[in-house]
Amino acid sequence: MANERFTGTDSYIATEDLTMAVNAAVTLQRPILIKGEPGTGKTQLAIEVAQSLGRPLYEWHIKSTTKAQQGLYEYDAVGRLRDSQLGEDKVHDIANYIVRGKVWEAFESEQQPVLLIDEIDKADIEFPNDLLQELDRMEFYVYETKKLISARHRPIIVITSNNEKELPDAFLRRCFFHYIKFPDQATMAKIVDVHFPTLKKDLLTEALNAFYKVRDVRGLKKKPSTSELLDWIKLLLAEDIPPEALRSENSRSAIPPLYGALLKNEQDVHLFEQLVFLDRRSNPQ
Amino acid sequence: MLIPFFYQLRDGGMKTSITELLTLHEAMQSGLAGQSVDDFYFLARTALVKDEAHLDRFDRIFGAYFQGVEDSLADLMQDIPEDWLQRQAELSLSEEERKLIEAMGGFEELMTALKERLDEQEGRHEGGNKWIGTAGTSPFGAYGHNPEGVRMGQQGSRNRSAVKVWDKRDYRNLDDSIELGTRNIKVALRRLRKFAREGAADQLDINDTIDKTARNGGMLDLRMVPERHNAVKVLLCLDIGGSMDDHVRICEEMFSAARSEFKHLEYFYFHNFIYESLWKDNRRRQTEKTPTLDITHKYPSDYKLVFVGDATMSPYEIAYAGGSVEHWNEEPGAIWIKRLLKTYPKAIWLNPEPKARWDYTPSVKLVRELMEGRMYPLTIAGLDEGIKALR
Repeated sequence: MANERFTGTDSYIATEDLTMAVNAAVTLQRPILIKGEPGTGKTQLAIEVAQSLGRPLYEWHIKSTTKAQQGLYEYDAVGRLRDSQLGEDKVHDIANYIVRGKVWEAFESEQQPVLLIDEIDKADIEFPNDLLQELDRMEFYVYETKKLISARHRPIIVITSNNEKELPDAFLRRCFFHYIKFPDQATMAKIVDVHFPTLKKDLLTEALNAFYKVRDVRGLKKKPSTSELLDWIKLLLAEDIPPEALRSENSRSAIPPLYGALLKNEQDVHLFEQLVFLDRRSNPQ
Repeated sequence: MLIPFFYQLRDGGMKTSITELLTLHEAMQSGLAGQSVDDFYFLARTALVKDEAHLDRFDRIFGAYFQGVEDSLADLMQDIPEDWLQRQAELSLSEEERKLIEAMGGFEELMTALKERLDEQEGRHEGGNKWIGTAGTSPFGAYGHNPEGVRMGQQGSRNRSAVKVWDKRDYRNLDDSIELGTRNIKVALRRLRKFAREGAADQLDINDTIDKTARNGGMLDLRMVPERHNAVKVLLCLDIGGSMDDHVRICEEMFSAARSEFKHLEYFYFHNFIYESLWKDNRRRQTEKTPTLDITHKYPSDYKLVFVGDATMSPYEIAYAGGSVEHWNEEPGAIWIKRLLKTYPKAIWLNPEPKARWDYTPSVKLVRELMEGRMYPLTIAGLDEGIKALR
C-alpha cells in the first residue's frame, strides 16, 4: 500500500509526526483527532488528505445545535404530515421521509471516502458519546425503516477540535491524536513558499521576522496564526510593498504595514500601537 | 518491551488504556514504524496520548524509559543520576579548572555540594524535574566558584549534535492548569447551569406536537410543557486593587464570562477582605457603599456565593478589629465572612495565585480555614472543582 501513504501535498506542508499520525489512522482505519491553535490548518488537513489519496471528501461541520443523529439521518416528520394532508401516495412509505446525513452519505460512497467532522467540540457535551458505536463499528440502525446501514468502505475520519470542551475518554481511546503545534520559522518559510512560490526571498524573510515579532508581543488576546500570516502576505503582494518597508533601523519600533490582517482584536491593536509608541519614545531615532 | 513502558506511563499519571496499547501493537504489526526510533516515537505518541497537556509528560517518560534510565517516577522527578552529572562535568572541565577544584577540596566534595544545592533548589521549585537546563535554573552559576566548568544547565550538550526529538520537549508550555480565555471559563461555568421546568405546563411544545402528530398519522396530538429557565443565582465578590493588580486580566475574563452566563448575577467589590460594607462601583467606592448586612437580607440563601481574591494580606486584616488597611472596622473580617457563609451555605473562594504558593502565605491558610477548605485556584481545572462544590 505504498501509494496509499500521505506525505503532504503541493499546497500543504505536513511535519513528520503529523504524517505518521495520519498514516496510522489510514492504515488502522481509526478516526484521527486533530487539535491545535486556530488557523494552523486543522480543517485543511482533511481536504488535503482526500486530495492526495484521491478520495471523495464528505464534510460535516458541527454547530452548537448539531445532534449526532443529524449526521446519520433525519426523519422529516413535518414533510410527511403535510403530504398526509394533501393525500399523497408516498406518505405510506416512511422511507420517503428519511433524509440522509453526512455519515450515511460517506458510508454509501463507492470508494473509501474521507469524512471530516469539523469542530466537534462545538456540539453538546454528549455528542461524541452518541457517535461511539457508529465510529467504532461503522454501522447504525434506522429505526423507522428497521434497516441496518453499514459502511461499504470504512471511511478515513478526520475530527478537529478547538478545545472548547473536553472530549470523553471512551471517545478518545478510539482515536489517534495529533496536536498541531505552531510551526517554527523554518517550517513556516516552507509553508509560505508553497502558497506563494514567486515570493521574493528577502520579502519572505522580513515578513516572517515581523510576524514572529508580533507573535512575541506579550499580552495579546489572540496571537496571529498561519492563516493570518498567509492573508497578510497576500495583502503585501497586492499592495506591492517592498521588503525595505518591513525593515527599519530600529526594528522594534516599526509597525508592520497592513498589520490589521495580523491582529484581529481591537484591544490587541491598541496594545500593539501603545507598545510601539512607548518604544519610539524611549529610543528616539 | 512495550508492556513495562505502558505501566511506566500509567505510573506517571497518564490514563493510557489497554485499548490504546493494543492499537499501538496493531500499528506496529502493520509495519508503520519499521524504520526508525523517531517513527516509533511519533506512532506511540499519536496512539497513546490524547491530550496535549500530557505530551510533555509522555516525552519525559519516553525519554527516561528508552534511554535505559531505570528510574522510578519519583526519581525521575527529583534526582539527577550522579554518574551522568559526573560525566558531564568531566567533559567540560579544563585541566586548570580541575586543579582549582582540587584546591577547593576535591571533585567529590564539589559534586556533593552541587547535589545538595540542586536538591535544595528542586525543593523550592514546584514539582521539580531532572531537566534543570530547560527549566532555566543554573545550579553551577548559583554555586559561583565554577562559572564555566560544570555547565550542567545545558543538559542537551552531551548529545547536542543529535538532540532526540523527545528530549526537545516542545510541549512544555501546555499544561491544563494555565489560565485560558473567556470561552473556556464560560464552558466551565456552564456546568453550574440548572435548567428547570417548573410550574404548570402552559407552553405548546411545537416539536413534540409535530412529532407526535406525524407519528400518529396526522391526527393532532397537542403537547404542553412548563417554561424552562436557568434557576441558578450567583453572588460574586471580587477583590480589587493592591496585590490583585497582577491578576486583573484573569479576573476580567472570569467576570465577563460570569456576566454573560448567569441571568441572576449580582457582583460586589472589596479590597483585600470582606468587612461591613462592599461596593459596586470602584470609582465611587468611598461614597456609595452597600452594607454587607443589607446584602445578606436582600439576596436569599439560595444564591451561590463566589469570592475572587488572592487572599494575600496581613493576617491582622482578617482576625482583628481595626485590621483593615483602609478604614477602622469595628468587627474583624473573620466575623463578617462567617456571617456571609452562614447565609449562603454554597460558597467558594477562587484564588488567582498558583496553588503551590498558598502554603507560604499565612493569610491564605486563614482564609482557607474560614472557607472550610473551599478555596480553588482560578484556573479551568480549579473552576471545575469549585463549580462541583457549588452544586
